[in-house]
Amino acid sequence: MPIKSYLAHPFEGKKAELVKAISVIKQCEVIPAENRDVLVVVTETYSREEEDLLKEQLEAISSLKLLAMVSGFNTPQKH
Amino acid sequence: MYTSITSRRSFIKKMATLSAITAAATMFPGILFADEQERGLPTNGNLDWKKAPCRFCGVGCGVLVGIEDGKAVAVKGDPKSSVNKGLCCVKGYHSVMAMYGTDRLTKPLVKKNGTYVETSMKEALDLIASKMKETIDAHGKDAVSIYGSGQWTIPDGYVASKLFKGCIGTNNVEANARLCMASAVTGFMTSFGIDEPMGCYDDIDHADVFFLWGNNMAEMHPVLFSRILDQRLKRGVKIIDFATRTTRTSMAADKSILFRPQTDLAVANAICYEIINNGWVNQSFVEKHCNFNKGLTNMGYGLEDNYSFTDKPEKISFEDYKNFLEDYTPEKVEKISGVSAKDIKYMASFYGDPNKKVMSVWCMGMNQHSRGTWINNLVYNIHLLTGKISTPGNSPFSLTGQPSACGTVREVGTLTHKLPHGVVMNEEHRKFAAEIWDVPVENIPSKPTYHTVEMFRALDRGDIRFMWIQVTNPMVTMPKLKRYRDATKKEGRFIVVSDIYPTPTTDIADVILPSAMWIEREGMYGNSERRTQYFEQMVEPPGEAMSDTWQLVEVAKRLGFEKQFYYNEETHIEEIYNEYRRHHDNKKHNMAPLEVLKEESGVLWPYVDGKSTKWRFNAKYDPACSNGEDFHFYGKPDGKAVIWQRPYEPAAEEPDDEYPFWLNTGRVVEHWHTGSMTRRIPVLHKAMPHAYVELNPGDAERLQIKTGDNVLLTTRRGKITLPASVNERGVPTPNQVFVPFFDENMLINDITLDSFCPISKEPDYKKCAVKVEKA
Repeated sequence: MPIKSYLAHPFEGKKAELVKAISVIKQCEVIPAENRDVLVVVTETYSREEEDLLKEQLEAISSLKLLAMVSGFNTPQKH
Repeated sequence: MYTSITSRRSFIKKMATLSAITAAATMFPGILFADEQERGLPTNGNLDWKKAPCRFCGVGCGVLVGIEDGKAVAVKGDPKSSVNKGLCCVKGYHSVMAMYGTDRLTKPLVKKNGTYVETSMKEALDLIASKMKETIDAHGKDAVSIYGSGQWTIPDGYVASKLFKGCIGTNNVEANARLCMASAVTGFMTSFGIDEPMGCYDDIDHADVFFLWGNNMAEMHPVLFSRILDQRLKRGVKIIDFATRTTRTSMAADKSILFRPQTDLAVANAICYEIINNGWVNQSFVEKHCNFNKGLTNMGYGLEDNYSFTDKPEKISFEDYKNFLEDYTPEKVEKISGVSAKDIKYMASFYGDPNKKVMSVWCMGMNQHSRGTWINNLVYNIHLLTGKISTPGNSPFSLTGQPSACGTVREVGTLTHKLPHGVVMNEEHRKFAAEIWDVPVENIPSKPTYHTVEMFRALDRGDIRFMWIQVTNPMVTMPKLKRYRDATKKEGRFIVVSDIYPTPTTDIADVILPSAMWIEREGMYGNSERRTQYFEQMVEPPGEAMSDTWQLVEVAKRLGFEKQFYYNEETHIEEIYNEYRRHHDNKKHNMAPLEVLKEESGVLWPYVDGKSTKWRFNAKYDPACSNGEDFHFYGKPDGKAVIWQRPYEPAAEEPDDEYPFWLNTGRVVEHWHTGSMTRRIPVLHKAMPHAYVELNPGDAERLQIKTGDNVLLTTRRGKITLPASVNERGVPTPNQVFVPFFDENMLINDITLDSFCPISKEPDYKKCAVKVEKA
């Protein structure tokens, strides 16, 4: 299943809140920029259902203004 | 070397992180991440990354494709591409998966006694050539035709035009861009005398206000929409969505203004009325650079076979134009359009404000319109009256839906009336093309034959007997589809289809040729902003699949045109491109050399003295300007653009007592056009498995229809049943329903109408009358 990376833009003044909200999601790694209001988010899931659920979870975060996809990688499924 | 799955995933996660950090650095120069985050990120790895333009829409995002063991396995946005600056949409990310569907066509198939039989490519190409010869001998040159698309690469379209127009001697060359971009072309030609946008995507970084004219950018052009949203975050720009349906774009916009279908014509005129009435006209710009014209009205809708129309432009004065606009005061237009006078004045105030830079953006809403040329003219009028054009951030911008609708169909000229440089009606243009093509000028007929709808009507009538369809799916996309599907099945018709997967169009073929897709061959695309982009062959095509270019070259040779199709198999793309560049060897359209395209993430034409031209017609940026003024609209003989007097006229078929709703059709973010590729990508198919009909919640309540209920739609062409969608992704205005057209199992085009804009001949897929009942 895919590994994807995104740029996540918080609402004004909500960067810390967004970092916290995404950090607690186990399939996500978050790397905040030090000097700009943007975060790098890398997601990793193992099933389609998990991927759908994750998407719903991310979209429900109130401090998230915009999530823009940057890359996607297909990984072997023979595990 | 063995690599464990776990360590490989860990490596790939680092690659994904690197891609995002690189994209962020492109979008936010000077951005910093903590040192420990950047430490240990790989610079490359086992993957071989190669650049290409995305296979799907007309935005033309630059992508980097990761190749491993001869297979494309990863995609990331190319941070060097000024189009997408490292971003990538859901379709772009999945683009490589579209190559690996389990039912790829890998062998040519020939229909024998009603069933398809595998054959060799050589035998299939021999058969096609012999059928073409046979048809020409029996019925004449105009009995053979080719129908391609805006997904043709530049070399595909070029050899198709050269073979049919230059060698065989018929103008029976059309492409599906007629169904999506023709009104934009005639809009440009009538207003400016030369095709394609004057600005570029950099306008997004400069504009203060964005008007989206019937353009659901959030779903159809998501990367460009992300760029606009990014500008709102950075600079607080304003986004105004002007549409007939509430969409994801409306939700994200600062203001959503809804209008009744077809009445955008009246609203655009009302904006012009307001600009003049409030003294917002840029007088010196208009006096120096604009003429005023009117054309014929009550043109009809092209519903009858052999319909023809030629406009008769007539010069008028500014005062005549001003008097004409008296019928379009905001208060009068409110009654026609349903848009309040206050909202019309609100829209006009941004265009009229000399301190606001305005970008107008549109796509199918304005082009698939029974007065498509007119509405394109009217939006140009707004920008010309205010002088908000051809400068950074002041930009009327027509977007495209296919990766090379501009690069191939409009620039190579794969339409019945076009040549790579100019039109078939012009003797000088014919001579110029004939010389480069090495054919007698008499070969190229001086009259256009059939535009797309008429081409399929000609097939039905028997005027056309042979049709070769490449990289498009007309048996899903043609309006009033049943007539044209039945036409292909008639006795004495021979249809060849080149594609990568079985589709409803391969179902009607006599010969199916397996095509090489995108990076399985070498080629170029041209996007919406005049950017030409090159891609190399990165992987081998499956089985006997062959590029559309080489299929045409092979058939041309079999037809006896070896001299004109002298290309070597190993170097033919370079040879064809170099030959094609000769057609545009001038300051108004010069194309970059291939070696530059190989280096850069695309180049904007005209490419002059080693530089792209970002803003045409502006002497500061465009070396083709030669009138000594700030602006030069050199497409017109007197160097002036035209402000057109175009009235509001109703659509061909409007709701009535029997069919009381509007039927509007369109696309969804998950699927690209007819879904022949994206429906084979499991995650996209699952996200949007079938078509549906959107209803306004008020209408749904009155008809007692809820989401998931079956709804029967009936038009004068037929019936179809679809599941209802109420208050979900999109919400149409009252008395309107919307159906996406991607689903070959729910062919909405069986019931649409084949009316078209009389000037562009582009069908109006957005408007016909329909009855709506709970099934």
